[in-house]
Amino acid sequence: MISRVVTALSMASALALPLGAFAEDLAGLPPEERGYRIMERSDLSDAGFGSSTVDLTMTLTDGSGRSTVRNMQIDTLEKRGNGNGDKSLTRFFSPPDVEGTALLSHARILDPDDQWLYLPGLRRVKRISSSNKSGPFVGSEFAFEDLTANELGKYAYRYLETVQDAATGLELDVVECKPLYERSGYSKLHCYVDAEIHQSRRVEFFDRGGRLFKTLELLDYRQSTDGFWRAHEQVMTNHLTGKATTLRFGEFEFGISLNQRDFEPSILDRL
Amino acid sequence: MNPQHWERLGRSFAEASIRLRWLVIALSVALSIGIGYGASTLQFAGDYRVFFGPDNPDFVANERAQATFGKPDNVVFVIIPDDGEVFTSDTLRAVHALTEAAWTGIPYVSRVDSLTNFQNTQGDGDNLIVEDLVFDPTTLSETSLAEVRRAAMQEPLVNGFVVSPGADATLVNAVVQLPSEIPNMASQANSVARDIRDRIEAEFPGHTIHITGVASLSAAFEEAGVADSSTLIPAVYGLILVVMLVALRSLSAVLASLLLILLSTFVGMGVGGLAGVELTPISLAAPTIILTIAVADAIHVIAGVRGEMRRKASRRDAIIQSLGLNFLPIGITSLTTVIGFLTLNFSDSPPFHHLGNMTAAGIAAAWLLSITFLPALLSVLPMSFRQATGSDGRTGTMTRVASGVISAPRAFLGALAVGSAAAIAYTPTIEINDQWSKYFDQSLEFRQAIDASDPYFGSDTVEFILDPGAPGEVVDPEFLAVVDAFAAWLREQPSDVAHVFALSDIMKRLNRNLNGDDPAFYRLPEDQALASQYLLVYELSLPYGLGLNDRVDIDRQSTRVTASMRDISTGETRDFVSKAEAWFAANGRGYGLEVTGPKVLFAFVADRNIQAAADGAIYLIIAILVILTVAFRSLSVGLLSVIANVLPILTAFGIWALLVGVVGFSIAAVGAVAVGLVVDFTVHFLSKYDHRRHAEGGSVVDAVRYAFDTAGQAIVLTTVILASGFAILATSTFKLNADMGLLTAISIVLAMLVNLLLVPAILLIAGQRIQSVESHTTAS
Repeated sequence: MISRVVTALSMASALALPLGAFAEDLAGLPPEERGYRIMERSDLSDAGFGSSTVDLTMTLTDGSGRSTVRNMQIDTLEKRGNGNGDKSLTRFFSPPDVEGTALLSHARILDPDDQWLYLPGLRRVKRISSSNKSGPFVGSEFAFEDLTANELGKYAYRYLETVQDAATGLELDVVECKPLYERSGYSKLHCYVDAEIHQSRRVEFFDRGGRLFKTLELLDYRQSTDGFWRAHEQVMTNHLTGKATTLRFGEFEFGISLNQRDFEPSILDRL
Repeated sequence: MNPQHWERLGRSFAEASIRLRWLVIALSVALSIGIGYGASTLQFAGDYRVFFGPDNPDFVANERAQATFGKPDNVVFVIIPDDGEVFTSDTLRAVHALTEAAWTGIPYVSRVDSLTNFQNTQGDGDNLIVEDLVFDPTTLSETSLAEVRRAAMQEPLVNGFVVSPGADATLVNAVVQLPSEIPNMASQANSVARDIRDRIEAEFPGHTIHITGVASLSAAFEEAGVADSSTLIPAVYGLILVVMLVALRSLSAVLASLLLILLSTFVGMGVGGLAGVELTPISLAAPTIILTIAVADAIHVIAGVRGEMRRKASRRDAIIQSLGLNFLPIGITSLTTVIGFLTLNFSDSPPFHHLGNMTAAGIAAAWLLSITFLPALLSVLPMSFRQATGSDGRTGTMTRVASGVISAPRAFLGALAVGSAAAIAYTPTIEINDQWSKYFDQSLEFRQAIDASDPYFGSDTVEFILDPGAPGEVVDPEFLAVVDAFAAWLREQPSDVAHVFALSDIMKRLNRNLNGDDPAFYRLPEDQALASQYLLVYELSLPYGLGLNDRVDIDRQSTRVTASMRDISTGETRDFVSKAEAWFAANGRGYGLEVTGPKVLFAFVADRNIQAAADGAIYLIIAILVILTVAFRSLSVGLLSVIANVLPILTAFGIWALLVGVVGFSIAAVGAVAVGLVVDFTVHFLSKYDHRRHAEGGSVVDAVRYAFDTAGQAIVLTTVILASGFAILATSTFKLNADMGLLTAISIVLAMLVNLLLVPAILLIAGQRIQSVESHTTAS
């Protein structure tokens, strides 16, 4: 409850203040607010991208080291207003049997997402009603909820500490993020946010019993000409099963001519 | 070196030990405790996998399957409502609470399947609705209860898996990925599971909850080991106290022996700790066995001291004389016993290596301590024995037995040969068969849980990995048809199989759902691309922990069909597996099939162990032949020893075949252990015989009589100690130990008979021939 109030207050102040004000020192703030501010900076650095499209190669590796590759393209339309998340359209190119399959997703922050799937084999659009946010995305170690952009309203935050990454020497703020979505697969996340570029470098996922079981490494950050940061490689390792998934992104294109109509279910069977 | 040299060496050891007694005592205690400190790192194996060697091909296949699909290890809560009906609001609330508790409480849980969280996919026009079968059990009306019941009971992915076919029991299956490198993990998971059970039972009276599953099995191994340690070891100590007090009638002697066995056990367990052994009920038999064998060493020395003191020798002289006489026999018997236990390293199952190596270290320590620490200690403890007042009863019995054998050696030889041959004839009828659930005594909770849940759900699983040969082909309609036919065949084996979980059922259900729930579409999709897209839909709609990752591999090249199995024996499991393989060879269109799972591992480990043990036994026999031939400088003595030691063990197997008929895989250990032990008798008897016959130039009859007089009593006493020690092991809560204990005890008693009756008979008959030849030669 308190965190909601803090959230609302911070949102209000965020809207009122110019971006530069965030350079201020957060050290004196209570941990909840400090955590929120850190994540807010991260969120704001991404605000206004409008739309994007990117090719994605997903490599799944199992405990014995075997791997397999899936290719897809993701179009994203930035959220409008609060309560909703981004809209996305994922087109699958491989494995060959699923070529032409497309998934349209209207993300919601605290409710199940709206999803439609076009099945070329049936030549029909199917609406999926499920509480699958916590579920694995096409057999990978990523859950849906890991893939959607870090909507501020998804979590309650608490700043934990600032550490120096042993491998890279980067200064990272560690923020605990507790999912507010009640059917989340996680009890909490630890986000390691780069203090300089305000992007998550690493995320640790804790299962419902509170035990660390997955780690996401976000690598190869590049800033677009418009100033948006994107990690071009993401590696999710499942410590329970020894399986891992690597996402390798191509070049992100921002501000392409996509609009709301391109993200309506009726578009799916015309793709 | 002839026996006299050994005697002199033994006397020198004794003299030196007595001279430096305080140093010897201090060093022995310090060294033993120092090594024993290594035992502080000993921990229980957290995993049933410890029973399988890294090269065991079944195990390799099992690990490979796990790397692909994740470990299928599980904690299963079987919930039996008193009113015999699962579909009540109360029971569903209990299941719901238990499902949630399993998710949050059990460490390393990766999946939880239950009646309430079954993903009840439904098709409604162009909507695919995926939701928990029972999302909120508090609001269920009578009609919705009936609806849930109907949906569950008609679904093959539910009926028989998480709810019994009679709807009178239900289960919550929590799959755990316990890291095997962390010891005690299984027992930790199991103790959490028990807390959860207690909480749910208290919250929902009228429900009985049993905990089974592979993680509970792993935990049960530890519990059986702990139960054994707390009962068997005190029992063996009790036995030793009684036997020593009766046999030696000297508190000092008992104290000395107890210290000797205590230090030997320290060394044995300490070596185990230093070698990084993971404890199992099998390796935990080591202290019991070390105790038993160490006390036999002590008894030989102390009985010798007593004998000499009764003949009015001073204590110092008595100790020196006893050690001189016993030096060679104790040395040889320790050596053969150590070799016997070391041959357990031939076993396919690491816990037997651990048992062998720890026991071997303990026995080696007992030997060293017997020739150094024991004489030193005996020289400082107050000790007096009544002087002999004539022959005591047992010696009289020995004399009568000796006279009997001497008067009719051929009769004894014939009777024993015929008796043994008759028993041995039955040895091949021994059936190698066991049931891993029955490894555990009915007093253990795990066994009770298995027995209670088997009628509803079976007791464990066999995993079949079906592989069409190329990536993506798992959705090939021809392959899916084979999966479906195979699942159908499995369901036609009701005495073996309780439930089958197969991809084909998921595909049929999806086909129906995506065609507006039209029952006509409850069949396999005919188009590969469509089937692949169905799978994608399904993968996209499942919540955390209920995905397909553990059912279909990442490149969609293989799928796992899980058969919940009845509590059948390893023999029946082997038959079942070969039937399944035969069916698949005939009907599987050449697709790949691999059969794995702990049930399969245990089903084949006995054969592997017995083959390995046969190799070990051959090396052991050769070692005994060489050692005894060298020690007595006579090949015929070596050959006689081999007969005297192999015969009783084969006979014991024959008697077991007649009385019990069935053995488990611990039988593999018995041969080596028993041979190593019973050589004791032969060595003691023959060394005394040899002493009289060759050192003192006595006749064969005279030498046999002398051997009976001097070694007979010790042999009987040792038999009593060893046989009782192993008989105590036979009361283990762990059947593998119990079998090994009882069979070894029978072997020891038979070996005593053979050594006291057959060996002298052979010596006499052979001796008469030689003498008649000699007298013939002299006459001519």
